[in-house]
Amino acid sequence: MELFLNQLLAGLATGGIYAAIALAIVMIYQAIDHLNFAQGEMAMFSTFIAWQLLQWGVPYWATFFLTIAVSFVGGIAIERIVFKPLKNAPVLSHIVVFIALFSVFNSLAGFIWDYSIKSFPSPFGGLHQVGMIAVTLLLLVGLYVFFQYTRIGLAMRAAAANPESARLVGVRVGWMVALGWGMAAAIGAVAGMMIAPVVFLEPNMMLSILLYGFAGAVVGGLTSPGGAVVGGFSVGILENLAGTYVPYVGSELKLTIALVLIVAVLVVKPSGLFGRRAVVRV
Amino acid sequence: MRRTALLLAALAVALALPLFLKNFTLFQLTLVMVYAVAILGLNLLTGFNGQFSLGHSAFYAIGAYTAAILMDKFDLPYPLTLPAAGAACLVVGFLFGLPALRLEGLYLALATFALAVATPQILKFSAFEDLTGGVQGITILKPDAPFGLPLSQDQWLYYFTLAVSIVMFWAASNLVSSRTGRALMAIRDNPLAARSMGVDTALYKSLAFGVSALYTGVAGALGAIVIQFVAPDSFTFFLAVSFFVGLVVGGVGWIPGALFGGLFILFVPNWAEHISKGLAWAVYGIILILLIYIMPSGAAGFVRAVTAKLQRRAS
Repeated sequence: MELFLNQLLAGLATGGIYAAIALAIVMIYQAIDHLNFAQGEMAMFSTFIAWQLLQWGVPYWATFFLTIAVSFVGGIAIERIVFKPLKNAPVLSHIVVFIALFSVFNSLAGFIWDYSIKSFPSPFGGLHQVGMIAVTLLLLVGLYVFFQYTRIGLAMRAAAANPESARLVGVRVGWMVALGWGMAAAIGAVAGMMIAPVVFLEPNMMLSILLYGFAGAVVGGLTSPGGAVVGGFSVGILENLAGTYVPYVGSELKLTIALVLIVAVLVVKPSGLFGRRAVVRV
Repeated sequence: MRRTALLLAALAVALALPLFLKNFTLFQLTLVMVYAVAILGLNLLTGFNGQFSLGHSAFYAIGAYTAAILMDKFDLPYPLTLPAAGAACLVVGFLFGLPALRLEGLYLALATFALAVATPQILKFSAFEDLTGGVQGITILKPDAPFGLPLSQDQWLYYFTLAVSIVMFWAASNLVSSRTGRALMAIRDNPLAARSMGVDTALYKSLAFGVSALYTGVAGALGAIVIQFVAPDSFTFFLAVSFFVGLVVGGVGWIPGALFGGLFILFVPNWAEHISKGLAWAVYGIILILLIYIMPSGAAGFVRAVTAKLQRRAS
């Protein structure tokens, strides 16, 4: 029983990481209707910027908000420079550009800050895991309020769900998409700064986290930010419990087991646990 | 008529190349053909049936390991491993296609991505070590040219791969223009309409997965023979992503595009490294973005635009 509780808690802790990144993924999905494969690398890059600011002696909370602001602007810049000219390119070409951005950020971070592992401070001291989960939940509530109760949140949802109709009622769709990129980059920056104290900072830190984050987002349902958080936590717990309790294969094939379970969930619930089924007019 | 002439000219060039090129360049071109066959497999699934996959490295790995194990443990001659690898992948692909029927778009992408990520781990798994060689992988011998032909090993492998590739491309273009191919494309363009026309969507979608896996599996087997080595870490999701990039760069839904894709994923990373060692992948990413700027629908769109222009000028 004690082992079970320990594993459950460890699962919750790693689950918090996945939940944070899953939330960022769902955010950008709401805004641009795509999964951004470069999301993790963007978050990693933001975290490196924060690290650099801290090295220059900027206090933690100033760094925190400065990094968020820089990432927000950076996200908008990426949309304006890279994606706006490709507005009419096929979806698959967009995904290739995501892959390209992934390799650009990864390589650039390694080039500027090298590949050695760096430690990153936590503002919550010994209670970092609790603080991280609190920050994730806070973000979630903030996003919920933003999307449900503000005009601009509504406009963003409209722009993602039905660009043509949104444009007809006067929503500036192009800028809504850019705003979505900015917000996703900012949330990614928060996630990165929360994750870095746990996993340490290096250019490849996000690789497996991103994968679990995707898994969490998809299991929870890509249309539901709350689902993404629940999904992220469940993937973390699942990963830990499978590693402990599935005899013999557990520790070696931990990742595989988690993935098989995810696919199993999807086969039963194709839009994720909390996702709405997209209804298409024919 | 024009088309046949063009194909014959291309064939003549392909046949003559080994006479002029160094062994290493030939080896690279052989790999280009191997990748082209793999990308062709992905194209049959994505380009012609509209199903998305980020997991084709798994089928490539299954093909490669089938070939390597059959040669290493059962002393099967290397040409016979190709049909075996193809058959194994057809079955695995078809079976994977069944649950995939319930998934669409991004959800299918994630499921296939999971397959790609899990593959190296399963290959390393200690219980299969006797068969797969674990982390070490399997080394196989490079075949000599048969019948005492005066060819180096690289030259022979080049011709062997060329012959296999021609058969695969020919079969693919026939498949696409057949009744089955039309059914596949109908499902891609409008699943509902296809079903009401009497197309068995479930069967054709699973079959598309199976055939696509077959192509990629045969490519995997060829790749194992050409490189003479298989190991789990050659088949990470990075390979699946490369295939995907090759597919889009070559042109989705255009059969010759696979060849452009193969050229791209083999040579461009090398060039990028040549330009800047530290920033190789950044350079690669920028080349990729620029390429999508210039040709948003890959080489297919570019070639189409050029031929349209030429025809307009001719008339």
